[in-house]
Amino acid sequence: MIPAQFDYVAPTTVEEALAALRQYGDDAKLLAGGQSLLPVLRMRLNAPEWIIDLGRIDSLRGVREDGDAIVIGAMTPHSVVGSDPLVAQHAALVTKAVAELADAQIRHRGTFGGALAHADPAGDLGGPVRALDAEFVIAGANGTRTVSADDFFVDLFETAISEDEILTEVRIPKHTGWGAHHEKMVRVAHQWPICAVAATARVEGGTIADIGIGLANMGNTPLRAGGVEEALRGQPATEDSVRAACARAAEGTSPPSDLNGSADYRNHVVQVMCRRAVMGALEGAGA
Amino acid sequence: MTRINLTVDGMKVSDDVEPRMLLVQYLREKLGKTGTVIGCDTSNCGACTVHLDGQSVKSCNVLAVQADGSAVTTIEGLAGKDGTLHPVQEAFRECHGLQCGFCTPGMIMQSVDLLNNNPHPSEQEIREGLEGNLCRCTGYHNIVRAVQYASGHLAAAATPTGAAEEVTPA
Amino acid sequence: MTAVEAQPEVKEIGRDRRRKEDARLITGRTRWTDNISLNGMLHLAMVRSPFAHARITTVDTRAAEESPGVVGVFTGEDLADTQGACINAWAITTDQVTPAHTPLPIDRVAFAGETVAVVVARSAAEARDAAELVEVDYDELPAALDLKEAAEATPENGGALAHPDLGTNKSALWRFDSAEAGTGGNVDEAIAVARTDGIVLEREYRQQRLIPAFMEPRSVVVDPTGEQITVWSATQIPHILRFALAATTGVPESKIRVIAPDVGGGFGGKLQQTPEEMVAFAVARRLGKPVKYTETRSESLLSAHHGRDQWQKLTLAATKDGHVTGLKVELLADLGAYVALVGGGVPVLGAFMFNAIYKFPAYQFSCQTVLTNKTWTDAYRGAGRPEATYAVERLMDELAAELGKDPLEVRELNWIKHEEFPFTTVAGLEYDSGNYEAATARAKELFGYDDLRAEQRRRRDAGDTVQLGIGVSTFTEMCGLAPSRVLGQLNYGAGGWEAASVRMLPTGKVEVITGASAHGQGHETAFSQIVADRLGVPFEDVEILHGDTQVVPRGMDTYGSRSLVVGGEALVRAADKVLEKAKPIAAHLLEASVDDIEFSNGRFGVRGTDQGIALTEIATASFAAHNLPDGVEPGIDADATYDPVNFNFPHGTHLCAMEVDTETGETRMRKYTCVDDIGVIINPLIVSGQVHGGLVQGIAQALWEEAVYDEAGTLVSGSFADYLLPTAADTISFDIDHTTSPATSNTLGTKGVGEAGTIASTPAVVNAVVDAVRHLGVDDIRMPCTPERVWNAINRAGSGGGTVGAAAPHFDESTGMSGNVDRTTGGNEA
Repeated sequence: MIPAQFDYVAPTTVEEALAALRQYGDDAKLLAGGQSLLPVLRMRLNAPEWIIDLGRIDSLRGVREDGDAIVIGAMTPHSVVGSDPLVAQHAALVTKAVAELADAQIRHRGTFGGALAHADPAGDLGGPVRALDAEFVIAGANGTRTVSADDFFVDLFETAISEDEILTEVRIPKHTGWGAHHEKMVRVAHQWPICAVAATARVEGGTIADIGIGLANMGNTPLRAGGVEEALRGQPATEDSVRAACARAAEGTSPPSDLNGSADYRNHVVQVMCRRAVMGALEGAGA
Repeated sequence: MTRINLTVDGMKVSDDVEPRMLLVQYLREKLGKTGTVIGCDTSNCGACTVHLDGQSVKSCNVLAVQADGSAVTTIEGLAGKDGTLHPVQEAFRECHGLQCGFCTPGMIMQSVDLLNNNPHPSEQEIREGLEGNLCRCTGYHNIVRAVQYASGHLAAAATPTGAAEEVTPA
Repeated sequence: MTAVEAQPEVKEIGRDRRRKEDARLITGRTRWTDNISLNGMLHLAMVRSPFAHARITTVDTRAAEESPGVVGVFTGEDLADTQGACINAWAITTDQVTPAHTPLPIDRVAFAGETVAVVVARSAAEARDAAELVEVDYDELPAALDLKEAAEATPENGGALAHPDLGTNKSALWRFDSAEAGTGGNVDEAIAVARTDGIVLEREYRQQRLIPAFMEPRSVVVDPTGEQITVWSATQIPHILRFALAATTGVPESKIRVIAPDVGGGFGGKLQQTPEEMVAFAVARRLGKPVKYTETRSESLLSAHHGRDQWQKLTLAATKDGHVTGLKVELLADLGAYVALVGGGVPVLGAFMFNAIYKFPAYQFSCQTVLTNKTWTDAYRGAGRPEATYAVERLMDELAAELGKDPLEVRELNWIKHEEFPFTTVAGLEYDSGNYEAATARAKELFGYDDLRAEQRRRRDAGDTVQLGIGVSTFTEMCGLAPSRVLGQLNYGAGGWEAASVRMLPTGKVEVITGASAHGQGHETAFSQIVADRLGVPFEDVEILHGDTQVVPRGMDTYGSRSLVVGGEALVRAADKVLEKAKPIAAHLLEASVDDIEFSNGRFGVRGTDQGIALTEIATASFAAHNLPDGVEPGIDADATYDPVNFNFPHGTHLCAMEVDTETGETRMRKYTCVDDIGVIINPLIVSGQVHGGLVQGIAQALWEEAVYDEAGTLVSGSFADYLLPTAADTISFDIDHTTSPATSNTLGTKGVGEAGTIASTPAVVNAVVDAVRHLGVDDIRMPCTPERVWNAINRAGSGGGTVGAAAPHFDESTGMSGNVDRTTGGNEA
């Protein structure tokens, strides 16, 4: 319950934070909202010598519109993202996923970028950002670079962010008018999901014009149900076509087996949930 | 050691703390605010819930140094200075929303936050709003009643006609 | 002395008084053990074994001793002469095999999480830091983990033994046979008859291992600086703890004071004399300084005792028309690494309850208790009776399915009719009162039974994805532990009485001392109501004192739904003695004959006159003692000790509707109705709370909770991220009501209620889940009914199997060190 000793620094600009990262290197951990890091420290599963708290960097907070994208500052709390009208209008899938993320207290402290940088495959945001083709803006010593959601998640708890870099914002292409649905299966409310499916779709004249589907806890990273998407693009927005396509939801997955369900079970249930998520998204898109 | 300054239950405090000290430990050990308790080590139980700058947080999941410059309200600062209970405290008593009372400080603080954001929650909204707080005694039934009762009474207090729905304890 | 005024009598008993306890609890003005801080107090951290079974080869404490703030590091060897022992109070057979249990083991650990050494430092943080530096070398030994395998292990077959020196894992075999006891027929004959001309159901049910998971982690403070050593502990049993401390350390009992301050829940989980308490006591004595130990939640889940954990082999014989003719029960019960305080007594408490509310003519019960290298097991809410109720209520539903009848109809065919009470059961207990017909009729009405059955049929016929099931549980339990004579016959180490005192203070206030030790039940309120009524004093003027051996010299503490029915009766008797003592003083002061004195509404009056005197005035007069009758001692305080003559038998009908998603196996509770008969109700508000809370604990066994070990004997569900307690969002509002058949065994007519909901609800839920999918070929689903198990049962037959892939917990050491890994806060994000 008591973390090991560490030293603490709270920079007020990204530049200062990058300098601290360079200075302390391997011995440092970045602290965003702390809702996953603090339990790890309390259980002494990790004992960094330095904690670099990003909480005092105001520029990392907030939601804004930038042309065809919605930009969410990495240190924006979930509760702010979840109630932001721009997000609701242009990335409804994020709004729906955030509403189901952890609990109210965690949503007040936890941050959008922190959760994504944590890269827990069971997290609630990985599926939606993949489904929405989000981009990640990462700052380093030589300026910033942008990484696609497909490239951002590298492995279990591992992202494209290098040890001397900081995630500053997430850019989500506007999905205005797209339907969205987040289907999450938990055994009890405060638990990690057995799996979750995030779907968003655009319907034109009864046909699925475009669709994005992300999966949580179906592999070492958040996954994209590419096979299902491919099978559905251009198809009629009907239950029959969705049912047939969602049989491919478990293609390419490698889900864990744990106390809440085996890999086999997850591979079965993801198909059912995918169908329900897609149907929900189609309904939201006016199909 | 890092110097922190904050306001806790209306009192300005200033202390040197180890960076590793959790806000809940600071409240309990440095300030004697033992009304706020620790029920788990994974941030599941919510017993340590306090308000940080007006929003509910799990105080085991915040470092004391992160609260520097902030205002904290604990269960001990919820009642009026004259001892008048907050309507949610009163509702928990009225509806038997507690038994052993260990989860109660967190449960009340989260209920207050819930009603601040949604003064007229449905039963389902209450249940989902309390999903970060575990109780082992009550089966939640009377906690939900208490929040409904408080919702009605807060509304009655806000509107002099007092048209709010009455919830009777059961 | 004033004229009697006609006052309308306001009865306290039956009023929904708001609780006295709450004013403190809702404002944070609490005294949990961990809130106690004393000058010079030192803090303890435990070093625990990561292995289920290992020899301790060396313990290197040097680095820890040099760590900042450390005052001492102690191993089992260091404390060998002073640490005492953890006792088993109930050897269920005279030849029970009971391993010695030293709080800090000296050469061998027997479960993962067992304490190996203790670090003492100036702060809790420094103690924890240093504990990480204690180097323990272990030689791993084969661990006995699987209950069935452990039961079969012998030195000859090479099976792993939990304690190799004992030569067996079998601790005790406890048997009851109605033919031998003369309480019924021969069960094997009944089964043989049914095999040729009747119905025989053979089932095996698993009672998974549960963790009580009280919300307040255990904590102990020991202050040795006074003449008495004061121990504050988050315990249900301050009196028993004091006895055990004295009996095993040699410190005179008179030199030990144990205080249970505010205690945050127990549910049986704090009915224990723990190694941590013993270690804290020994260290405080060694150092002469106050010490505190507060466990983390993970430590609590790992090392505080677990509950349930049985395999139940059941054979039920019945006639073709559904009359049960015999029940045979063969249990294997997992004790874990040691025989705990009640230990093997827990399944034995269930032995008398498998016949439940039914008139089974023949019954046989046997229970083999087994030692394994897992956390010890002991009482958890219901203790033995939920296991029994689950088995019989599942079987009654199975019998109904076999017969193609409504499960309530089959129960009615077999249950004791209300006019047949008192009824002596096949297990030899005398049920004093009950009315199963009334409770069932009310429950069906409240539930809308017939409408839900009709909906179920519609949904089945339509082949809906989400099917509806209705589960029944008509339970009874024995509670109010316990008649001392019965405990003696069962070889229990103590009695089952309870003590109370009523002190009439000169200012007119009343102090009541009870040997029951509350930890959330609301004794201060309910007991005040009883005494207020009995003495005719205001509810507000009664103060209930408990949980401190210096204030309450004698007590048997709180468990087994005993506080009201045993402790409450002791109160009544003490209050009546006060009145007896006051009466001659009243007569003297009123200058009347004792024979003419009558008592009502707090006043003694002279029959046929308007003269009278209040009890509180007599208290003042007897305190001054200026004018007492000759030979009467000053003071009208009184003590009473009550030893019950029988258990009491609350019962009820619980009906549960569950929806099952046949595509995913997910379950959702639609409706839950229960009508309990708990005799006379003192405070309906408190009763409702007990019922609701009990229900959710029982429902949680059916749907969510399970303590799972991996193949190495590590507890996988070792944090609240993995041991699944339900939240408000997972549960629903309940419909509860009561019928009343007053108990005949106590003055107030009360029966226990603390465990009822937990005992009844588990089979109601599982019966409902099975009922929802029975038409798909399912006749059992193993608890907890996870979506995967339900789905497997539907699609692959069987009961859904064991836990699939015990795999990794969300917290894992290696991942934790390599990155920001954790999966803690339920969806949680950094």
